[in-house]
Amino acid sequence: MDFTYDKEQTALRDAVRGILGESAGNREKITSSEPGWDREVWGGLAEMGLLGLPFDETYDGAGATATEVGIVAQEIGRILAPEPFIDVVVGAGELIADAGTDEQKQDLLPKIASGELIAVIAHNEARAPHGTVAYGVTATSADGGWTLDGVKEPVRHGGVADVLIVSAKDGDATRLFVVDATADGVTRTTYATPDDGYAARIVFAGAAATPLGDAGEAALAAAFTRLQTAYGAEALGAMEVSVETTVGYLKTRKQFGVTLSKFQALTFRAADMYTSLELARSISLWATMALAENGPDALVASRLQAEIGRTARHISQESIQLHGGIGVTAEYSIGHYAARLTVLERTLGTEAYHVAQVADGIADRGIVELLH
Amino acid sequence: MRLALSAEDAQLQQELREFFTTKVPQEIRDTVRSGGELTKEQIIEAQRVLNAGGYAVPNWPVEWGGKGWTPQQRHIWLDEMQTAGVPAPLAFNASMVGPVIATFGSQEQKERFLPATANLDIWWCQGFSEPDAGSDLASLRTTAVRDGDEWVVNGQKTWTTLGQYADWIFCLVRTNPDAPKKQQGISFLLFEMTTPGVTVRPIKLIDGGYEVNEVFFDNVRVPADQLVGEENRGWDYAKFLLGNERDGIGATGSTKLRLQVVKEHASLPLADGSRLIDDPAIAARFASLENQLLALELTALRVAGSSKDGKPDPVSSILKLRGSVLIQEVSELAVDVAGGDVLAGGAGDDSDVPSWAGDSVPTYLNLRKVSIFGGSNEIQRTIIAGTILGL
Repeated sequence: MDFTYDKEQTALRDAVRGILGESAGNREKITSSEPGWDREVWGGLAEMGLLGLPFDETYDGAGATATEVGIVAQEIGRILAPEPFIDVVVGAGELIADAGTDEQKQDLLPKIASGELIAVIAHNEARAPHGTVAYGVTATSADGGWTLDGVKEPVRHGGVADVLIVSAKDGDATRLFVVDATADGVTRTTYATPDDGYAARIVFAGAAATPLGDAGEAALAAAFTRLQTAYGAEALGAMEVSVETTVGYLKTRKQFGVTLSKFQALTFRAADMYTSLELARSISLWATMALAENGPDALVASRLQAEIGRTARHISQESIQLHGGIGVTAEYSIGHYAARLTVLERTLGTEAYHVAQVADGIADRGIVELLH
Repeated sequence: MRLALSAEDAQLQQELREFFTTKVPQEIRDTVRSGGELTKEQIIEAQRVLNAGGYAVPNWPVEWGGKGWTPQQRHIWLDEMQTAGVPAPLAFNASMVGPVIATFGSQEQKERFLPATANLDIWWCQGFSEPDAGSDLASLRTTAVRDGDEWVVNGQKTWTTLGQYADWIFCLVRTNPDAPKKQQGISFLLFEMTTPGVTVRPIKLIDGGYEVNEVFFDNVRVPADQLVGEENRGWDYAKFLLGNERDGIGATGSTKLRLQVVKEHASLPLADGSRLIDDPAIAARFASLENQLLALELTALRVAGSSKDGKPDPVSSILKLRGSVLIQEVSELAVDVAGGDVLAGGAGDDSDVPSWAGDSVPTYLNLRKVSIFGGSNEIQRTIIAGTILGL
């Protein structure tokens, strides 16, 4: 097992850090109105080849692995970049690459890679339990085509998307469909999310839809695993900066005539945050390597989510507490990190959900063999 | 970035698995697996089997029996050994005094002590802590005064683990009480436990067992050639040694084995036919511990938290901090799995209560030690905050 980045991977990290860093100062302005991210930055990411990073070269991609995707995701997390790289490229893009027909791949993937097309997965439904089943949208087949009826929400970036990959009920099965988001029968209402982004309520009323290959729950589960791995890397980046920022604050903020770093009650808590961070880093890198080498594995993803969930909660809560009052202001960065981490941790199953997934069948499993 | 083992490491893993599961007596491995106590003879037997196979002291220099392994290969060795229920080589010999002698000792000391230390022909114990020098080890007051070709040692050590079995002691003694810093006047002495003036008094612990001792020195005369390295440099050697000690504490193999055994107990039917493992709250605790152990093992692999340049890698503090807490949490879960049967601690073989249930509280109480020894977890937090975070 080798946790170190090679030369190209380090160069990728530096390049991504560079381009995202340039726009970091504009975050407040950019996120204050729709779409909540910067199309210029998006174009820059496309020029660097990042928007097709995991796609085959046939579709104008770079043929990179989950490791490279994780590097980008971690950098996004470090500066809370609002650009929808993970949702569009890793979520919808890789789902199309994995389960779409040749024609769909040829049609959609190069446009995603060039930055001209925004596609996202529309699976969430209000109060639906986490999983791969669709409850509130129904697919109907007629005259050789399909139409969808029902509601999806909250769909992150749903308001700005050009194409939606929608999960819908077809009898007892859940199937995936490609929908033109601007077509008749699709009505979108956008609202703000608590982590400085935008999501949409999307009503389908006889909206025209095309099946995504013959994709159903299995393809969606694999997409979730890829997303969870990338979100995990994003959370790692956000936790990394949360710890750095908090430690920096303890070194400079003065009370009672001395810096906060003189108070052991605070430094010990910072030490515990750092410990959590390093354990989360290990499991994030491991899950990323596992995806890159062995493909999606739901148990690995649940192990990751359970650990990231626990540590994200620990670090985000403590980072605000150790800052004191300024930690809950919108002006200061640390609360925005906490907001993002809090939302990320619930995006594809909570910590409790994933612990239960790991617990399922645990009686019949032996000692975890990490090295083989 | 690579997940899979290299062909070479995969082969080593197979060789080690084969060795540990076929060469070390089954009775010893079963005792370890069930959490029982090994006799002195069993500990010696196991280490000699390992030494004969060349697997007792892989972290030593190659010329003294080391393997020149990478940190990952050492991890594989430790993990395979521990999950197979093989007792690790006696830490006082293999991880503590051996590397100190091999790194800082004279050629004569190396020849005299290292082969016997590797084979457990000499059983070493550790003379570090004193009644008034625990976490603040550098405040130690045991003195050694030079008299001709000998050092004369007076004072007291405590928490000397398995001192009742030991042939020799490696001991931190104050040789220069006038040094400007207390750390600068300490030396590292080796002497036999049978030397006149050495008295061992066992300390009974809350689990009812005798694991640690007080050791008293009354004008103990030690030949001068048994001082390791340079006079008054003992603190450096002690720090080097403690770095290695912390490394081993973060090992996850034995905790993984313990968790597995507790899980097997939780999977047995209760009197009403139900199983504890089927209780979602209990299953979630197993899942969470299994996951946290995984994260810790990955961290151990990632940072290879070993001594660097004679100084402990501060990241090894993370392994100690989390590793100790996880061992304790597994033992806590074991007590919960035992439930009301914990009362039967003193029951014999004719009891219906299985021995693991009766033993669970003493084990839980005994393991409170792991967050205290080897630098308490508060010391580890101080190291992380100070050395890593710069606070």
